[in-house]
This record gives sequence, C-alpha cells and structure tokens, in this order.
Amino acid sequence: MTTTLDQLPNRLAADRDGAFPDLVRHLQDGVYSGALQFTRNRHDAEDVTQETFVRVYRALGGYSADRIAQLQLRPWIWTIALNLCRNRARSIERHPEALLVEDRIDEFEDAATQAVDNANLEEWRLRLAALPGPQRTAIVLHHVVGLPHAEIAETTGRSESTSRSDVRRGLARLRTMIEEEAR
Amino acid sequence: MTTHDPIVEELATLRRTAPDDLLETVLMGADLADSYTEVGGPTGSAFVAWNGRGVTAFVPVEAVGTRADFEAQHPRSAYFVDAPPRSLAKRLSHTIETGRLGRLPVDLSSIGEFQRKVLEKCAEIPPGEIRPYGWIAREIGNPGAVRAVGTALGRNPVPVLIPCHRVVRTDGRIGNYAHGSPMKRELLEHEGLDPEAIERAARRGVRLVGSDTTGIYCFPTCRHARRITDAHRVEFRSEEVAVAKGYRPCKVCRPAA
Repeated sequence: MTTTLDQLPNRLAADRDGAFPDLVRHLQDGVYSGALQFTRNRHDAEDVTQETFVRVYRALGGYSADRIAQLQLRPWIWTIALNLCRNRARSIERHPEALLVEDRIDEFEDAATQAVDNANLEEWRLRLAALPGPQRTAIVLHHVVGLPHAEIAETTGRSESTSRSDVRRGLARLRTMIEEEAR
Repeated sequence: MTTHDPIVEELATLRRTAPDDLLETVLMGADLADSYTEVGGPTGSAFVAWNGRGVTAFVPVEAVGTRADFEAQHPRSAYFVDAPPRSLAKRLSHTIETGRLGRLPVDLSSIGEFQRKVLEKCAEIPPGEIRPYGWIAREIGNPGAVRAVGTALGRNPVPVLIPCHRVVRTDGRIGNYAHGSPMKRELLEHEGLDPEAIERAARRGVRLVGSDTTGIYCFPTCRHARRITDAHRVEFRSEEVAVAKGYRPCKVCRPAA
C-alpha cells in the first residue's frame, strides 16, 4: 500500500476504480474486527464486511469528485457497516429459524480449529452485548477498531463528549460484570 | 487515563485480520474483478472468465500459457476458482458441445456498439457453416465496413463461444485468426468442414452454389446448399452471374441483400 488513509479521498476522487482496492486494504481489518463484535459469528462478520465495502463502492459511484475528496472515510464507512450489523441482528430476532445449518458448521469448525481464540471472542461478545447499545458501539469502535472519539461522534451523530462518557460508563459496567463473574 | 486498564488491553486483543479472500470477494461484488477457471474446449482446454453479467473472456490455454499469463493479459483483475456457478457451467458446456451460443450470457458491456453488432451477428452463424466478412458488414447495415468487421472479430473477447472462426475472406480463403490460422482450420475441421476443399473451390472461383430445381443460390456451406445433389448443383463466381441466370438468393444464408 503506497497510499495513506489521508490521501485516499483525493485518490478515490481522481480514480475510483484504481484506488478502491487500497481503501479495502486499509479498512478491512477494522471493519471485520468490529463486525465480529456486532454480529453473532465469523460467518456473519465476513458477510457484513463484504457487503459494507460493496455498498461503499456503489455509493462512491453516485458522488461527485468534490464530495468524495471531502469524505471522512472511516465514519462514513462505519455508518454503513453499523446499519448492516443492526439489520442482521434485527432479521435474526424476527426469524430465529434463519439460524442456518452452515452457521452451525462454522461454529463446529471454529471449535475445532481455533477453540481458545474464539472462546475469548465469544466471551467478550456476550459481555459487550449486555451493555446499553450506545456504550457497546462506542467501546467497540474506540477500543477494538481504534477510532478516535471525534470519528465515533461523526459515525453515530452524537457529540464527542457523549462518546467519551459512553466509553467511560461502559468500561465501568464491564469491570463490575467481570468482578461478578469472578465471584 | 485508561492506559493500564486491563479491560482496555483485553479489548485491544479482540482485533482480527480480515479473511484473505475478502478483497477479491469485494472486488467481484463491486464488479471490479472477474472469476476464471479452466475448461475443456473443442480443441483443447481454455481459460474462461466471467462476472455477474456473463462470460468476459475465453482463451485457449495454448494461446496464452500459464494462469499468471492469463491474469496478466486479462483486462481486469481475475481470480482463479475451481468451477463456474452451476447455471453458467451448464450453459457453457452446452455452447462448447453444440457450437451454438444459445442462452450463454456474454458480457459485452465494455465493447463499442459497432463491435457488439458484429459479434452478435457472428453468433448467428450455425456450426459447420462459414460466411465472408462482407456478409456481416452488409447484414449489420454497414456494407462498406468489411475491414472494420475483420478488426472487430480479431478482438473478439470470447472466440470459439462467439464463432469468429466461421467468418472467412470474401475471396473464399480461410484467412487470419486471432490465435493463428492453424487453430481456425482446426476449429472448422472439428465442425465437419474441410478447409482444404473450401480453399480449392475458392481457387476455382466458386463463391456461391445453386440448385437448378429450386432456382435458389446459397453460400456453399449453407445447410440448404449441402442438400443439393451433384446432378442439380450449379456453381457461380458471383451474385451477378447467379441473378443473370434467373436465380434468387436463399432466405436462410442470405448471400445477397
């Protein structure tokens, strides 16, 4: 990757198709890591990550070069990704039977190949899911994905100080949860 | 503030690397990349590439070389997969077996209008029959564009599937082919034609044949021309001669406007 994240909007504005693979390379690990927390399993996280970038590409096609050059890429992409994660969670609540056989197979594979690693992920996914939505979102975006508070604020449409206090309160709750687990 | 919080440190370990194939799946979904595989063709195996709109390339392996060579010459990124999606695989093998394009989707979206018309017209030529370049030019409403037709066919992204090997020189010689004249002859032989005999007839000046019972003239390889028995077979060097003798053009192979 020769382009930095800061240079990407200008490169995308000049050559969308040429710069797009670099955009994916820059942001795929972050989106995937966040999606692993916001969805049920690896399979869903992969789907959401793919779908996010495909939608990003299509959306870029409808934007003027000026608008693309002004884009705050991470908050913009995370707005799309969070929507997809939410839609997926919602459709599973409404159609629990949609838990597909392939998901179970995925879970078996996980168990066989990366048991310890995934136990850790699963444990944290459950703890984070017990937090109020905004706290979970802010914590995952800040501490797992690595987004600064200013960009989280841009993503969620809330203020930077709200993002800070969401993270602070969420961490406090997690601490209590872990203490209770240890009892 | 939270630098030594063990919870924060644990959260940082939840970061993962995206799966290796994510980029290529995204590029295919965004229509920036094609998939390709290797299939058996009429004269040996071939690389075939496709995207969501249809087949984008068909290249005999002997004409291109290795997978890396194919990827390098393909106009877009291409990722190797073991097999095409089932419906595409079925239509593809049908086209290869029958020599007819049928319902096989071909992505001609990045091709200009003139070339698209040429290729679509070419796809109408049945297996085992040949037509001159001038025929395509006339059929698509550009009778003067014979050379441009040759160029358009020479840049056919899906040779064999769109049978540009069935288009020959107006003087009756087999002529050039993107992957070399020998492959063109091999493909025609595979369809039951005899390139030598075709060129011998061309040298004798035979361009058209007619039947003295029906008074109709055809291209020599038209399925109606091949039914004419020797006793009733009449050979012509040109349309003018046939017309002067009272013959009319066949409505199937359309040797004249």
